[in-house]
Amino acid sequence: MTPLQIIFILVAAMTLGAGLMVVTARNLVHSALWLILALFGVAIVYVLLQAGFLAVVQVVIYIGAIAILMIFAIMLTRNIATESGPRFSENWSWALVIALVLFGTLAWMLSGWEGIAAQAPAISPRFDTVRELGLALVSPDGFVLAFEVASVLLLAALIGALVIAWDRR
Amino acid sequence: MTTETLIWLIPLPPVLAFFLIVLFTNRNRALSHSLAVGAAFLSWLGSMVVFFRAVSTEHLGEHPFVSSIPWLATGDTYFRIGVQIDPLSAATLFFVAWTVLMIFIYSVGYHNYGQPKGDHDRPGLPPHGATVRDAHGHEHHVPSIEPMYSRFFAFIGLFAFGMYTLVVSDNLLTLFVGWEIMGLCSYLLIGFWYGKPSARAAMIKAFITTRIGDVFMLLGIAYLYSLTGTLNYREIFYNEEVLRHLAEMPSYIAGFSAAALIGVLLFIGAIGKSAQFPLHVWLPDAMEGPTPVSAMIHAATMVSAGVYMVIRVFPLLAAGYEETHHLTQPMLFMAFIGAFTALFAATIAVAQNDIKRVLAYSTISQLGYMIAALGIGGYVAAAFHLITHAFFKALLFLGSGSVIHGMEHGVLHTGNHHVDPQNMFNMGGLRKKMPITYWTFLIGGLALSGFPFVTAGFWSKDEILADAWAHAPLVFVVLALAALLTAFYTMRQISLTFGGEPRTKEAEHAVESKWTMTLPLVILAVFAVAAGWVGIPEWMTGGAIPNWFHEFVGGTLLSHPEALPFNIVPLLTSLVVALGGLGLGLFVYRDIRAGASDPMESFLGAGLYRLLKNKYYFDEAYDRLFVQPAYWLAETFTSLWMDRKVIDGVLHWFAYISGVIGEFLRNAIDKPIVNGFGDWVGESAKKLGVFFRPIQTGRVQQYMILALFSIAVFTALFYYLLLTAR
Amino acid sequence: MIPLSWLLFFAAALFCIGLYGVLARKNAIAILMGIELMLNAVNVNLVAFWRYRTPEIMAGQVFAVIVFAVAAAEVAVGLALFISVYRRRKTIAADEIDMMKW
Repeated sequence: MTPLQIIFILVAAMTLGAGLMVVTARNLVHSALWLILALFGVAIVYVLLQAGFLAVVQVVIYIGAIAILMIFAIMLTRNIATESGPRFSENWSWALVIALVLFGTLAWMLSGWEGIAAQAPAISPRFDTVRELGLALVSPDGFVLAFEVASVLLLAALIGALVIAWDRR
Repeated sequence: MTTETLIWLIPLPPVLAFFLIVLFTNRNRALSHSLAVGAAFLSWLGSMVVFFRAVSTEHLGEHPFVSSIPWLATGDTYFRIGVQIDPLSAATLFFVAWTVLMIFIYSVGYHNYGQPKGDHDRPGLPPHGATVRDAHGHEHHVPSIEPMYSRFFAFIGLFAFGMYTLVVSDNLLTLFVGWEIMGLCSYLLIGFWYGKPSARAAMIKAFITTRIGDVFMLLGIAYLYSLTGTLNYREIFYNEEVLRHLAEMPSYIAGFSAAALIGVLLFIGAIGKSAQFPLHVWLPDAMEGPTPVSAMIHAATMVSAGVYMVIRVFPLLAAGYEETHHLTQPMLFMAFIGAFTALFAATIAVAQNDIKRVLAYSTISQLGYMIAALGIGGYVAAAFHLITHAFFKALLFLGSGSVIHGMEHGVLHTGNHHVDPQNMFNMGGLRKKMPITYWTFLIGGLALSGFPFVTAGFWSKDEILADAWAHAPLVFVVLALAALLTAFYTMRQISLTFGGEPRTKEAEHAVESKWTMTLPLVILAVFAVAAGWVGIPEWMTGGAIPNWFHEFVGGTLLSHPEALPFNIVPLLTSLVVALGGLGLGLFVYRDIRAGASDPMESFLGAGLYRLLKNKYYFDEAYDRLFVQPAYWLAETFTSLWMDRKVIDGVLHWFAYISGVIGEFLRNAIDKPIVNGFGDWVGESAKKLGVFFRPIQTGRVQQYMILALFSIAVFTALFYYLLLTAR
Repeated sequence: MIPLSWLLFFAAALFCIGLYGVLARKNAIAILMGIELMLNAVNVNLVAFWRYRTPEIMAGQVFAVIVFAVAAAEVAVGLALFISVYRRRKTIAADEIDMMKW
């Protein structure tokens, strides 16, 4: 077992554990904090997959923006963070069944797929992934259109959020 | 213009006048009567020209004026219609033209042309008189103009067309057409004052009664056509072969030859048209029409058409008579009917008080004379009497119209509208008030009575009596008796109307009629005397002057009838019955006081008098025998039983069955199956909705769980099927 | 070297945990957190497939970037909605927001 594999196992375990805590924690603020940990674990997985740029973006956007935004939202919606009612709705058992069935199905299908044993090809030192990603995002041969659409989507969401949350009183 | 063309044109002017008046000029009275009288004058002119050309033609009977056109394609040949003037139709045309023209002129005066409009006259009712104010401010009641003046002239125009068509036609079919046109005009003119219920009843009675005869006549025509293939006069009646063939051929009825059966059928048509017993009932009621004119139509011209037709078909009726010298069956039938009618109608006339009804029954009686004359073979005598009678009866009727007109004047003067201007017992002494009417009426009356040696009636009646004496003494007795009665009631009429002193104030104030009415009287009076002179027998003049009429009209027949030798019996009888009847009438009725009852009543006894006055109760008997059963058939049998019970019952039964089927379809098929299915679909959708409704909880998570669950299930199913299919 | 299967199993597990959170949690913000977990699981998959199959084509990473953008937009709109709903209903419990039911 290579050290890399050990690191992955530890990181994966931490991430999954944090994820579990996110969906089960009674206190929402705790959930949010556990979410930050899980997102951080995912960022480490990105690093392990040699996608450094994404790891940084994960930390900056997910942890720095989204998670903090959630904590703000929790705080804006007073007294729910500490409410004493049940965490789960009455459908939790069905949800559990569906989640487990889905995982079982995915595991079964994955284990039956021949590509599962693929080896990662080596990336030459001269291949700068960050540069290539940048080129792919903005070059006309690449994904410039999707990139622009995403930016328009973000703008629309920004305005939409403002409008929806506007307190007209 | 050739004579033939002229004959074609004779009937045309009146029918043109009819259409012009009806379509264009009926608002203008003067133009309407000018058109009608002008048309009648044109026809008269044409008729006179044709008549004089006819009498100046040698052997006209053998070579009559004929002209015909192909009309109706019947298989390989054409049914031809055309015109024909032989001696008989020439003579008929003569009196028709004169009388028609006289009626037209007379009508102008009779309908009060030039008088003001009535105060409250309405179309469909006789004029009631108008009030005028003279220069001194006095109010006068004067006769008012007929409200439907133009319509009257249109109708008589059409009537004249029918009569001329009948006279000039060369076949029985166009004769029948004219015959029916006159039937229609008769209906229209009798009901001219349709506002009066009695006029409406009379018009229907006349139409239906004559219709009975017409049906048989049409049957006879059809039978004749089916046997001979033609209806032309000359091809049948001037054709020995055809006549013999018809006389020898047996018909559908045992004992009758085809000729006899056809003759009887045609004669029944004449019974209806010429008001012979038993279809005579319509003629007295026809007096409901405008007084003199329609009455005169129903006395001088139209009813003569029946006799004219019988004279026309006489060769057929008499087919076989020449050989055997036995009266044929139709002739016997006619002799019986005619003689009976002559006497029967004369007895009724004796007890009538209405001046027009006396003349109506006298007409029936005189027509009976003609029919009886034909029945005993007196062909020329019948034609002669037809013509003389037309003149003096037209004169009498127009005269009576003039009398009534004068009486109406008196009624308007006194204002007492309860006085019947037609009742002879309200008259008296009119000879001084209405001299022209009196003298012309007297001439007509004497002609009707057969006043010896001067009047036309004497010669024609004498010829009939001579024929009767020679062939059938029984008929002679009956006719002589009828002649006696005729003279009696004619004198009774004249005495009551003109003789003595006025019995009412109205009679005192009667005035003479206008020249448009008196001029026709004078002209007809001339003919009432002079028309007889053409037929004076040869023995009278000692053979110096031939009997022109006998020679002329006799030429129509195939075999010229022999003039009878002189016999003193009929001559004496004629003299006795005429003078006796006249003297008796004058003696009994010379001076009847106001309020006096009819001397007839005490002489005959109340019962017999009432029987005669009520015309032997024929109307009542027909009412019981035919009218009431017809009503019963219509109301009780047809309407109540057949229609309501049987037909309605069947319909109700159908309706009921339909209802039952409908009920079954509705309850057994529509409601449970069709409706049930529809309802089931709807209800199922509703139930399904209700069943699935709880799923819509509004909770996003539950939706999602359901969606995922469904995806899972379907995916599993899909994979399973994919795998098993492999 | 980390086998691909490990990454995939990790991503699948993370996805299912997120799904459970989405389906079972009452609080709407918690549901949103579950969605974030699921999106991350997808991103892990994308990056893993990029690394193991076509490292020279950057499509996998590009998709991940776009998922980031979508996630950010989603969170922004979602949180705005929750705040708006909270103002009116004084709650953001998912099972209490059921105005759209029959």
